[in-house]
Amino acid sequence: MTTFIDIAALEDIPRQGARVVKTPAGCIAIFRTADDQLFALEDRCPHKGGPLSEGIVHGTSVTCPLHGWVFDMTTGQAQGADEGAVRTFPMRHEGGRVLLDSDFMARRSAA
Amino acid sequence: MIARQRLVVIGAGMASGRMLEQLFQAGFDGEVTLFNAEPRGNYNRLMLSPVLSGEKTYEQIVTHDADWYAAHGVDCRFGEAVVKIEREDRVVYSNAGGVPYDALVIATGSAPFMIPVSGRDLPGVVTYRDLEDTNAMIAASAPGSKAVVIGGGLLGLEAAAAMAARGAEVTVIHLMGHLMERQLDPAAGYLLQKDLEARGIRIHCKGATKAILGNGKVEAVLLEDGTIYDADLVCMAVGIRPETRLANDAHLEVGRGITVDDQLRTSDPAIFALGECVEHDDQLFGLVAPLYDQAKVLAATLMGQDAAFQPVQTATKLKVTGVDLFSAGNFADAPGREDIVFRDPGRGVYKRLILEGERLIGAVLYGDTADGSWFFDLIKQGRDVSDMRDTLIFGPAFAGGVTANPLAAVAALPPEAEICGCNGVCKGKIITAIEGGATTLDAVRSATKASASCGTCTGLVEQVMALTLGDGFTANANPPMCKCTDHTHEDVRRLIKSMGLKSIPAVMQELGWKTVGGCASCRPALNYYLIADWPTEYTDDRQSRLVNERNHGNIQKDGTYSVVPRMWGGVTSPAELRAIADAADRYNVPMVKVTGGQRIDLLGVKKEDLPAIWSDLNAAGMVSGHAYAKGLRTVKTCVGTEFCRFGTQDSTGLGIKLEKLLWGSWTPAKVKLGVSGCPRNCAEATCKDIGVVCVDSGYEISVAGAAGMDVKETEFLCKAATEAEVMEIIAAFTQLYRENARYLHRIYKWVAKVGLDWCRAQVEDPATRRALHDRFLISQSVYQTDPWAEHAATPAEWAPIADLTLRAAE
Ligand code: SRM
Ligand SMILES: Cc1cc2nc3c(=O)[nH]c(=O)nc-3n(C[C@H](O)[C@H](O)[C@H](O)COP(=O)(O)OP(=O)(O)OC[C@H]3O[C@@H](n4cnc5c(N)ncnc54)[C@H](O)[C@@H]3O)c2cc1C
Ligand code: SF4
Ligand code: FES
Repeated sequence: MTTFIDIAALEDIPRQGARVVKTPAGCIAIFRTADDQLFALEDRCPHKGGPLSEGIVHGTSVTCPLHGWVFDMTTGQAQGADEGAVRTFPMRHEGGRVLLDSDFMARRSAA
Repeated sequence: MIARQRLVVIGAGMASGRMLEQLFQAGFDGEVTLFNAEPRGNYNRLMLSPVLSGEKTYEQIVTHDADWYAAHGVDCRFGEAVVKIEREDRVVYSNAGGVPYDALVIATGSAPFMIPVSGRDLPGVVTYRDLEDTNAMIAASAPGSKAVVIGGGLLGLEAAAAMAARGAEVTVIHLMGHLMERQLDPAAGYLLQKDLEARGIRIHCKGATKAILGNGKVEAVLLEDGTIYDADLVCMAVGIRPETRLANDAHLEVGRGITVDDQLRTSDPAIFALGECVEHDDQLFGLVAPLYDQAKVLAATLMGQDAAFQPVQTATKLKVTGVDLFSAGNFADAPGREDIVFRDPGRGVYKRLILEGERLIGAVLYGDTADGSWFFDLIKQGRDVSDMRDTLIFGPAFAGGVTANPLAAVAALPPEAEICGCNGVCKGKIITAIEGGATTLDAVRSATKASASCGTCTGLVEQVMALTLGDGFTANANPPMCKCTDHTHEDVRRLIKSMGLKSIPAVMQELGWKTVGGCASCRPALNYYLIADWPTEYTDDRQSRLVNERNHGNIQKDGTYSVVPRMWGGVTSPAELRAIADAADRYNVPMVKVTGGQRIDLLGVKKEDLPAIWSDLNAAGMVSGHAYAKGLRTVKTCVGTEFCRFGTQDSTGLGIKLEKLLWGSWTPAKVKLGVSGCPRNCAEATCKDIGVVCVDSGYEISVAGAAGMDVKETEFLCKAATEAEVMEIIAAFTQLYRENARYLHRIYKWVAKVGLDWCRAQVEDPATRRALHDRFLISQSVYQTDPWAEHAATPAEWAPIADLTLRAAE
């Protein structure tokens, strides 16, 4: 059974921006697009570990702040010539609250 | 064919340089010895005026460097004047000894003419011919010094304008009734005089020099009418005469110049001559275009090929920045000649065409010279113009039904029309080069030499490129901003203003962006353009800023940040240093480093600690140093008059004032300043975006330096007498940059595109300067705030939004 953890209010995350959640499995970046879609991605670029949460959000993509790799937030896949992917996490928002699926933490502790 | 011959060339000037190029291109494999009286090799003599005015450096006008001579095995004897030619034995002598020749080329140019008045030998009297003269004038044209130029022809006026640009008080004394009487009619001469007077140059026509006065050095010039002008320097530019002394002594046939035939051979078949020292068909030469033709012919002759020199008509342009003047052909009044004249006094435009019968024989254009090439071509063709006489003066835009557009004049030119007068390059040749793959100005230059000498035709060459390449030219020179749009940066900037677009979504909507939300390349650019254009209406979009500017610190490779407080002009205090030391301790800063910008960097601060460390530094009176910004970075200073025994002005104080004026302003790319207290330049002002070097008489402002990926010395912008003037000029110049440059272009890249002349014209015009300055201050009224203070107030936004590690531990 999935348990969603209440993370924050939607307004706490800037449009076309991100905030970070610290977890035992590393940092997760919660992105909010211009039209209020939310995405949760591992906050670590597969290239050299750049914090994706500090990247520029455009459409449903984010550009890594360190060397400009672009990731499709819906899949976590690097775009264009760059190869790699970041892990994505299920999440939703409900009644103005942002909820993150806690499974990944459970799975990690089970592993 | 003369094989493996020993070729000796006397004189490394414009003509012989071109001749050697042609010779080596044709595969010449003899031995070349090149003598030059000047202690240097070939350089572009035409460009001495930009060197004199400070717009160029000597290094930039060298045409052949040591590597070139070495690559072609030229034995260089620079600084060795030839003193004798021994024709019997075929040996030339300098004071260092003799060199035998099989073929000899005399290319000694001309010697400036000195009017035989008393005092002409006084120190401080120079002519205008070579780098030594130029340097002497540079040394003497410090602001406030007085210079008198005798001679109001091309050279004299270029010298006068250039010295005036350096701040000297210049008087031109001209014997005739109007300036440049050989190239201009009285009306155009009058307009030119007015333009020069507007730059503060005094013009005295109908002035005959009686004597040069002075005791041990020049002090004044006395005219026949009794007028006396004080002078620290006198430049005599009254004409030239062919340098024929060697030829005379060797008993070659010499008229006014060394007599040569169509193959450039003198009366001795082993001796050739070219350049200003020769006389061909009773004609002398004073402009480079025919000399380059001679060079071509002589190279062919030396290779044993057939060629004959045919002098061509030449057109004249004055190379004074901001003065547009063109003349060609014959314009003296004479029976049977008719004039067509057009005047627009408001714009300072004057055009006069001279017709003889059905043909155009001369043209004088002042203020608007765009159609010069077209008229010049009609003159050379000698074509019947009666069918277009009614509209002839309006140029090709109205001739033969061609519609008016900026490129029409160039489009209307036939392929054989000359574009580059210096190098005799016609439109067809440029088109062939472009079609052969030369799609950049540099490539066209190296393929054809067009615009490679005096440079006044650069605009025309670009127009030919635009016509030939069509869209390809724009696409090539200027690609779209990014893949989100087809518009270039320049288009977008223009449309933001003309369509009144005031938000990023509005720009994307109205200009048809192809992506949702743009990308990491266009969004920061758009955000900047909107800030710069609508400072009071637009609100900065933090989410469209790259990480460093959004977080007001430089991100490090491990995701921590650096913190650099401002130290105005590089000056700090024990209290500030204590606060910095305390902050470093309190936040466990791993490294405290003195930066290359005269301040201190606290490196490796965690993001969540930023608001607190900023707040501590704020409490000690410090603000963000914007070490991360496309904005004002640092103003480096030296100690100046406050402490240094050489200081001429308070460079530290001025640097601080400038930093206080400019800090907080967003710019297309970073902006760094330096203020040095004297020309020893300890603040390295001459490699900054904007540099100020203090001198006794005031401040020399130069711009467009670089010391990063490119290293470049600044170029002289202008002088200022007071600190207030320096501040106004620099604010205005910065605003000009903010309003016009493409995002991420440093000042030196932008200036290279728009031209320093244009920038100077903007900041030198008092009304434009003031308006720019005022717009800068309006923007500063919004943007000159400390971002640290603002963000220190909301520390929660800088920390993780949730910490699930704690929850897991519970
Ligand atoms: C801290 C400092 C080095 C130092 O320890 O001295 C520094 C550090 C950086 N420089 Fe610099 N530059 C520093 C002085 C310079 C200077 C010297 C100067 O200013 O007198 C130059 C050459 C002068 C010039 O700008 O023309 C310089 C030319 C560059 C360039 C090349 C810029 C160019 O247009 O060619 C870059 C790259 C860029 O901006 O794209 C750069 C970029 C950087 C960045 C921001 C690289 C980055 O994006 O992370 C470095 C950040 C380090 C950090 O984590 O904080 N830095 N950098 C200096 C800070 C000065 C200050 O107080 O603000
Ligand atoms: C400031 C300035 C601006 C000008 N602007 C223009 C312009 O815009 N357009 C234009 O068409 N023309 C212009 N001219 C004219 C142009 O520079 C000359 O027409 C051209 O340089 C002549 O070339 P040359 O090779 O004959 O002589 P030079 O270029 O003068 O070269 C002759 C060389 O021979 C050397 N020499 C002389 N005697 C001896 C000797 N005995 N032994 C060894 N070496 C010797 C001299 O030192 C000199 O270096 C300008 C000239 C000046 C000075
Ligand atoms: S030169 Fe500048 S950009 Fe390069 S490593 Fe040093 S500080 Fe960083
Ligand atoms: S670390 Fe993200 S692109 Fe290099």
